[in-house]
Amino acid sequence: MTTLAPAEVEVEQPRGADEIEHDRPWIVIVWNDPINLMSYVTLVFQKLFGYDLAKATKLMLQVHNEGKAVVSSGMREKAEYDVARLHAHGLWATMRQD
Amino acid sequence: MLERRRIERTGKGEIRLRLPRDERGLLRSLPDQLRRLLAEAPDDPSLERLFPPAYDDAQDEADYRRLMGDELLEGRRHALRVVEETLDQDRLTKEQAEAWLTALNDLRLVLGTRLDVTEDMLLERLRPDDPNAFELSLYAYLSWLQEQLVEALAHDFRT
Repeated sequence: MTTLAPAEVEVEQPRGADEIEHDRPWIVIVWNDPINLMSYVTLVFQKLFGYDLAKATKLMLQVHNEGKAVVSSGMREKAEYDVARLHAHGLWATMRQD
Repeated sequence: MLERRRIERTGKGEIRLRLPRDERGLLRSLPDQLRRLLAEAPDDPSLERLFPPAYDDAQDEADYRRLMGDELLEGRRHALRVVEETLDQDRLTKEQAEAWLTALNDLRLVLGTRLDVTEDMLLERLRPDDPNAFELSLYAYLSWLQEQLVEALAHDFRT
């Protein structure tokens, strides 16, 4: 095994355009898959995000019928935390900047 | 008799486990198989659904793995341990029941990936001479258990 990643170096970020880039929110997407039970996906949305049954069910059905749904959004750290919790629960989640 | 629930919520809000001995024996054999797969063949394609990528960008994804990989792996191993340790109990705490939920789902993700299941797969089509008959039956059994567990736990998350 090898790595092409350079050693970590603290770099002063230039201000300006990058800062605006940095402020754009990230969205967390859950993708449809044939294995996770619909009832389970609904439960996970309720548990992780505190959504009520109606909202969790609506999102689950959106994943099921449309193939994906945005389930949360926010700063990068928050989105990454949400993705990791979804991964811990076996859901197929990804994140990208909106 | 055959339809009797294995997992249900009691009036007092506990999770009751009623597994016949042969089913306990079957369930006892599964955590170690998955644990070994995780340890010995982490790149096995049947594990890919357990560790989906978070990012499109390769560098971001590598950073995510470095940051979260061990924690996600340990969470899965913990859930498998809880199932092994509580199989013979007739009651589960909420925390134990949630670990069961994770472990059952992880086992289904691996089996389902290996079997390449589809959403509308019907077990009525299962033929006795199907080389995957056992794993398909196991997948269906674990799905049945998980559905009962979800139902038993759903009460806690109802708002």
